[in-house]
Amino acid sequence: MGQIELKQVTKSFGDVQVIPPLDLTIHDGEFTVFVGPSGCGKSTLLRLIAGLEDITSGHIEIDGIDATDLVPAKRGLAMVFQSYALYPHMSVRNNIAFPLKMAKMDNAEIDKRVNAAADVLNLADYIDRRPGQLSGGQRQRVAIGRAIVREPSAFLFDEPLSNLDAALRVGMRMEISELHAKLGTTMVYVTHDQVEAMTMADKIVVLQAGVIEQVGSPLELYRAPRNTFVAGFIGSPKMNLLTGDEAAKHDAHTIGFRPEHIDVVESGGQWQGTVGVAEHLGSDTFFHIHNTGVAKILTVRAIGDVSLKHGDTIHLTPRASEMHRFDAEGLRIV
Amino acid sequence: MATKASRSAARLMMAPAVILLLGWMLVPLIMTLWFSFRTYLPLRGGDKGWTGFDNYVRFVTSSSFWPAVQTTLIIVVGVLIITVVLGILLAMLLDQPMWGQGIVRILVIAPFFVMPTVSALVWKNMFMDPVNGLFAHLWRLFGAEPVSWLSDAAMPSLIMIVSWQWLPFATLILLTAFQSLDSEQLEAAEMDGAPFAKRFFYIVLPHLSRAITIVILIQTIFLLAIFAEIFVTTGGAFGTRTLSYLIFQRVLESQNIGLGSAGGVYAIILANIVAIFLMRIVGKNLDH
Ligand SMILES: Nc1ncnc2c1ncn2[C@@H]1O[C@H](COP(=O)(O)OP(=O)(O)OP(=O)(O)O)[C@@H](O)[C@H]1O
Ligand SMILES: [Mg+2]
Repeated sequence: MGQIELKQVTKSFGDVQVIPPLDLTIHDGEFTVFVGPSGCGKSTLLRLIAGLEDITSGHIEIDGIDATDLVPAKRGLAMVFQSYALYPHMSVRNNIAFPLKMAKMDNAEIDKRVNAAADVLNLADYIDRRPGQLSGGQRQRVAIGRAIVREPSAFLFDEPLSNLDAALRVGMRMEISELHAKLGTTMVYVTHDQVEAMTMADKIVVLQAGVIEQVGSPLELYRAPRNTFVAGFIGSPKMNLLTGDEAAKHDAHTIGFRPEHIDVVESGGQWQGTVGVAEHLGSDTFFHIHNTGVAKILTVRAIGDVSLKHGDTIHLTPRASEMHRFDAEGLRIV
Repeated sequence: MATKASRSAARLMMAPAVILLLGWMLVPLIMTLWFSFRTYLPLRGGDKGWTGFDNYVRFVTSSSFWPAVQTTLIIVVGVLIITVVLGILLAMLLDQPMWGQGIVRILVIAPFFVMPTVSALVWKNMFMDPVNGLFAHLWRLFGAEPVSWLSDAAMPSLIMIVSWQWLPFATLILLTAFQSLDSEQLEAAEMDGAPFAKRFFYIVLPHLSRAITIVILIQTIFLLAIFAEIFVTTGGAFGTRTLSYLIFQRVLESQNIGLGSAGGVYAIILANIVAIFLMRIVGKNLDH
């Protein structure tokens, strides 16, 4: 079990309200990702769930039981910290065994569980080393190992991959996803990287300044962003948002096209512009286009390697069916 | 310091300091060694020539030698225990966010800036005086007989005075160690189900071990040589005669420089044994 419910939860540091009243349900077994820009309160929200911060008002229920005043250890949650927070003077084995020792489990059972975790995470080769003698990725695995031996009802991750290099991050991303599939335990995962959010999540919670902007599956958020903030935040590169005359033509304050929904044509497109920076990724090419008259810069994705150079004129046709429309408040027009 | 030229330049630049330090140490050391092998009684005939190891034998066979060693060790160990334990508690307190933190920290450090002679005098006259001291007044307030601290409880009083002086040092070093502890480690331990006491013993104390070793090492070196506090308070009476005080008495009160020098050489050997012993522990602790 691992259902977490937040009811009208708020958090203030002194006079500053970081989280305005917030409701959220995280279902059992779900992989939920909190995503949002830096300082929006993702970590704070996670720490409130963990019990490391006291909530200012509201209730937290875990598996239907009011956990608002429970100490962290009694909530049955395990957390993986951004800095890993391994105990530097203990071997990997003792690090992983620590929560079990604190729970006064007998030694045979501790050994069994530690060895099982070591198998799952491939820790066996360095189980007797100290954390200082491990690489970043290995430390990350130990931190996850320490979390899984407790068999918690939910895992909390606070930007666990942000200290790793790009290649390792992709690898660990897969491992965590696989772990989720294997264990089926609820996971709450904080990141500011929307690629991580899109690839891992069952459910994404987009936050801005402590407010939930939208909750939904990755594709829901991609297809139907509820407002301009979500539209700009989800998707890479960012959605092109146009205001003014071009939007007025479609009875909207703002319209948006994702870079992959604007086609590059030979001639006679709806818009023309000059090519600025071109990013060649091989499979795709991203063009930054100036002087279109509709927006300062447009970003466009062309499939494959398109040979347009800096300063060339480019012809574009947006796909009308993929247009997103927003009103003056930035809310989506259905 | 990679190239040959920069290495020799560095040696050249360091030479004056090294030579000065060596001279500073070597001259007194050699003189002490020289005198320790001679009968040298300034008021009773001066330098009377070579005596071999007589002074060394006399110094250790004197009835005051082993009690002095014992007194020295009791003071060192007593002060170390008090300063480290109280230092940890104080550092823990000072690490908490509180009102007036800056001022409180300065106040805690203040005793370290008071000269040993002065602080011993203050303790002797202001606190421990059996007639007019604050403790005497306090005792009388509760209807008790004032204690003559420096004669009836000379060793505990001395340990208290020296601990008071060295507590700021221990607190300061331990406080910086506390501040370098990653708070996420404590939070992780909290989530792992470790209550306060277990967090302290499993996470905080191992983290402090390095700082504690350093405190012990540095304090031991200085505590082996405390002198002013004894001179000002008890003058070596009431069982407070340490090794360094014994040497002082041999040289200045008995006017026997040869004998005192032999004691000095013993003190050097003792200090070095302790230092090597401690360095080993520190080395081990600093390894990881
Ligand atoms: N202990 C604290 N005291 C005061 N303000 C705090 C405290 N912790 C966080 N804040 C404030 O709360 C807001 C949210 O912080 P939080 O750490 O949750 O952001 P975040 O979304 O995790 O950002 P990041 O992606 O950079 O980690 C920030 O404006 C921060 O300044
Ligand atoms: Mg954060």
